[in-house]
Amino acid sequence: MLLIECPFCGPRAEIEFSYGGPAATRRPDDPAQVSDADWVDWLTVPENRAGPVPERWCHAKGCGAWLTVLRDTRTHDILDVRHGA
Amino acid sequence: MARFSFLELARQALSGHQGWPRHWRSRELQPRYDILIIGAGGHGLAAAWHLARDHGARNIAVLEAGWLGGGNVARNTVTIRSNYMRDDSIPFYVRSVALFDRLTRDLNYNTMHSRRGMVDVLQTWGMVRDRRRRRLTMDLHGATYRPMSVPELRRMVPPLTGGGPDARLPILGAEFHPDAAVNRHDAVAWGYARAIDAMGVEIHQNTPVRAILRGADGAVTGVDTPRGVVRADKVALAVSGHTTTLTETAGLRLPLRTINLSAFVSEPLQPCLDVIVNCPDLGVYLSQSDKGELVIGGATDLGQSFRRDVKQHVFEETVAAMLDLFPAFRQVKMLRQWGGHLDIAHDASPIVSATDVPGLFVSAGWWGGYKAIPAGGMCLAHLVATGTPHPLAAPFGLGRFRHLDYVLEAGTTTAR
Repeated sequence: MLLIECPFCGPRAEIEFSYGGPAATRRPDDPAQVSDADWVDWLTVPENRAGPVPERWCHAKGCGAWLTVLRDTRTHDILDVRHGA
Repeated sequence: MARFSFLELARQALSGHQGWPRHWRSRELQPRYDILIIGAGGHGLAAAWHLARDHGARNIAVLEAGWLGGGNVARNTVTIRSNYMRDDSIPFYVRSVALFDRLTRDLNYNTMHSRRGMVDVLQTWGMVRDRRRRRLTMDLHGATYRPMSVPELRRMVPPLTGGGPDARLPILGAEFHPDAAVNRHDAVAWGYARAIDAMGVEIHQNTPVRAILRGADGAVTGVDTPRGVVRADKVALAVSGHTTTLTETAGLRLPLRTINLSAFVSEPLQPCLDVIVNCPDLGVYLSQSDKGELVIGGATDLGQSFRRDVKQHVFEETVAAMLDLFPAFRQVKMLRQWGGHLDIAHDASPIVSATDVPGLFVSAGWWGGYKAIPAGGMCLAHLVATGTPHPLAAPFGLGRFRHLDYVLEAGTTTAR
């Protein structure tokens, strides 16, 4: 089980959190100016590294904050936690 | 290849079974092949078999990073079924189940196929409606679901004593899927390997691919391995969770993320369960192996993961769900556990497709890919040999993401 360091509540067990999926790169400011290929890439292709990936977790059974967590997919080591996107 | 038969068995018995040949040979790695298949798992081996048998291709090498039968073909629950929901998916899985049914004869190898059926235990009205809808769609495509009453269910599955009227989720009904089966995963891998070796296809274990090589025109020219560069104009990937790791070496990004799915096996029990039991509302399914072990599958781990172990709370939640319905199994000791990393596509449906890199083909996104081995291999072989998708796999091309034409098909158990 992951131990996620919530900036507000301290280290808490993974089962207190709900998983919010990969933290996508920034949404293009003006979708009309983006090519179809780039839009589909932004929409459907997550970072899938065997290594650190950014992902969102919500402290659903705690303070309710949405966090962005940098976690290594090979070791489950959590490298960084910050509030918001 | 010595064909397995009663006569051959008798002949070998006379010489004390010392004369059985090896199933497949270890050979020198050649510098060039017509076709390279990366991954000697179920899908890679099946693709090689169909390429050799149906398309007459012979100059094929299957490269395997580890050992044959040591990847996800051994990290599953051998559940073979076709109770899917979408018009795009059902015919594919119906064919796969039919191919599995005759695999023992096709490969001349006993896959220990047991067509025992699967029963879905329904505990919420939403799930009852979902399964009724599936039944009506499946009727159109030759897959079968049969509604079943609760007393009939309890007669069929005697250890299913939980889920009574006072339970948190009382059992409301069931659907029986008689096409479902289990078999022996090692036999599937070894049977394919023996059959393709006999047709001249080379299998190279301990040959991990480090990078996919492209020529000046962008087309695939081969792969780089610790045993040297191997050239081929056609390279097919069937490497499950490592698909993006490899395609990114060719500069190709795919809508896949790698997750961990785990399963558990109990100590052997007396025979008590002769049907696969799936509990979609609780997120657990189980069957009993020929050795008597309960084989239990559950939900995925949440985030991306390249690990093959099991998180303790995933194990606890899965087993607790099983005990809700099978309280008698409370005293059963768990013997083994394993996780496999698989890749799941943006729409949770598989990808059997050519790519933007000429000559590079992928078979990926198999979430519960064991049941899809024969048809997945057949469709990948058709694609590699002819350059056009097999009609059954046409909906599973990469173009669907570009056109937002998703096949939204989550699994039956693990997608809660």
